[in-house]
Amino acid sequence: MHSPDEARKRRLDALASGDPTTLAERYAALEPSAPAATPIRGPEIGMVMLRGRAGGGGAVFNLGEATVTRATVKLATGEVGHAIVLGRHLQKAGIVAHLDALAQLPDWVQVIETGFVTPALAEQDAARIRQAEETEATRVDFFTMVRGED
Amino acid sequence: MYVAVKGGEAAISNAHRLMADRRRGDRNVPALSVEQIVNQLSLGVDRVMAEGSLYDPELAAMAVRQARGDLIEAIFLLRAYRTTLPRFSNACPINTSRMRIERRVSATFKDIPGGQLLGPTFDYTHRLIDPSMAGDEAVTPPVKRERPTEESCPRVTDLLDGQGLIEADVPSNDKPGDLTREAIAYPVGREVRLQALTRGDEGFLLALGYSTQRGYGRTHPFVGEIRIGMVDVEVDVPELGFAVCIGAIRVTECQMVSQFKGSADKPPRFTRGYGLVFGQSERKAMAMSLVDRAMRADEFNEQRLAPAQDEEFVLEHCDNVQATGFVEHLKLPHYVDFQAELELLRTLRREAEMASADTPMNEPAE
Repeated sequence: MHSPDEARKRRLDALASGDPTTLAERYAALEPSAPAATPIRGPEIGMVMLRGRAGGGGAVFNLGEATVTRATVKLATGEVGHAIVLGRHLQKAGIVAHLDALAQLPDWVQVIETGFVTPALAEQDAARIRQAEETEATRVDFFTMVRGED
Repeated sequence: MYVAVKGGEAAISNAHRLMADRRRGDRNVPALSVEQIVNQLSLGVDRVMAEGSLYDPELAAMAVRQARGDLIEAIFLLRAYRTTLPRFSNACPINTSRMRIERRVSATFKDIPGGQLLGPTFDYTHRLIDPSMAGDEAVTPPVKRERPTEESCPRVTDLLDGQGLIEADVPSNDKPGDLTREAIAYPVGREVRLQALTRGDEGFLLALGYSTQRGYGRTHPFVGEIRIGMVDVEVDVPELGFAVCIGAIRVTECQMVSQFKGSADKPPRFTRGYGLVFGQSERKAMAMSLVDRAMRADEFNEQRLAPAQDEEFVLEHCDNVQATGFVEHLKLPHYVDFQAELELLRTLRREAEMASADTPMNEPAE
């Protein structure tokens, strides 16, 4: 269904957008049994320059920076995991990088999927639907008042 | 004679301690938490992020707390913080047409595809202080309504664009100038102006936008569309070889549609100004789009007569950290400078006195 890159992107996208506290709780349950990771880089806090486009679709311009945290870890068996997440979340970046590395192991990919990615996506979906439904209730339903005989 | 003056360390240290005390206020009143500020003063936090030019709600809330609610001071703190961090990379441009909409209105098209979604707005309130704000009454949860199946929300300018009635975006991936890294040399590109405007002072831009409505660089604008919501941020990760989503940010976008221009080879069409700001900040996005349009005077062969059309004037004065720095430095000791001025004045007066002593006084007229 997904190419390896697509599957990895889908996983990293889901994990990066997840709530740090929930992620840490789930990770705490898994970590003791998982192959350990050693840090290669970070976790470290920095910034990325966010960009927009003039008019929404025109030339690129610099919108301002955002804080990010990135981490790279390596398993004893050589798999390297990367993470970059919005905000200052050292622990979260470390967890996401470890999960990214673990998901490259055939024995672990399903564990990461069912234990982390699926619930994270479900939570994000629920939040988005709730928000969209609250917004929807503020939609203006125009109606026309008919005056006179004609 | 130059006399170096030292001293004041104890006074400064005690003043800072006093300020910390006053910031905390009455100890019988619970302290504000960062969470409370992020949640309940969110529009103030948004302004600090936008003008501090750093998206991080918790940091902005800490700055608001530290600055005792002085937002320009908080913006200054955030700007100072951002200088301490390395910039890892540039994100991919955000795609506002894929925004998860929280509010979206058009003043030009009643039946816009995607609909008019008012969202959490102050509009249509009576602007009367609500007595319940004195206490902590329970707030009823918002009403929900099922969303129509995946209705798209095209940008209003794209709708008109299909008919050639409005100037189109000219997509380009040219590397934009960055006023935080390179000195500004005028004239500058529109992308540098947009960067300056999005981090510019809301009050200053509001006044300039207002001035264009009042005739100082008339643009005759309509709000084509305002949208507020969350957009995903994607960053290329070289180690992976593809871009990943690192999270989402809230932004406000304003498409201001202005009066038409044509040329020999192009029929007349509406022109546009653009506003894009961190957070929920409609007034700022609208002001930005007005000033953006005004500063495009040269593109449309308009005479540049008004302040809002003068890019050097706007860009050099819209940054409130620069402005407050230069204005507020006046209160710091200028003893030596002033002494020099005083000395000069005394000399001038002495010379004037001597000159009048030399020439005999004229007889008063009768």
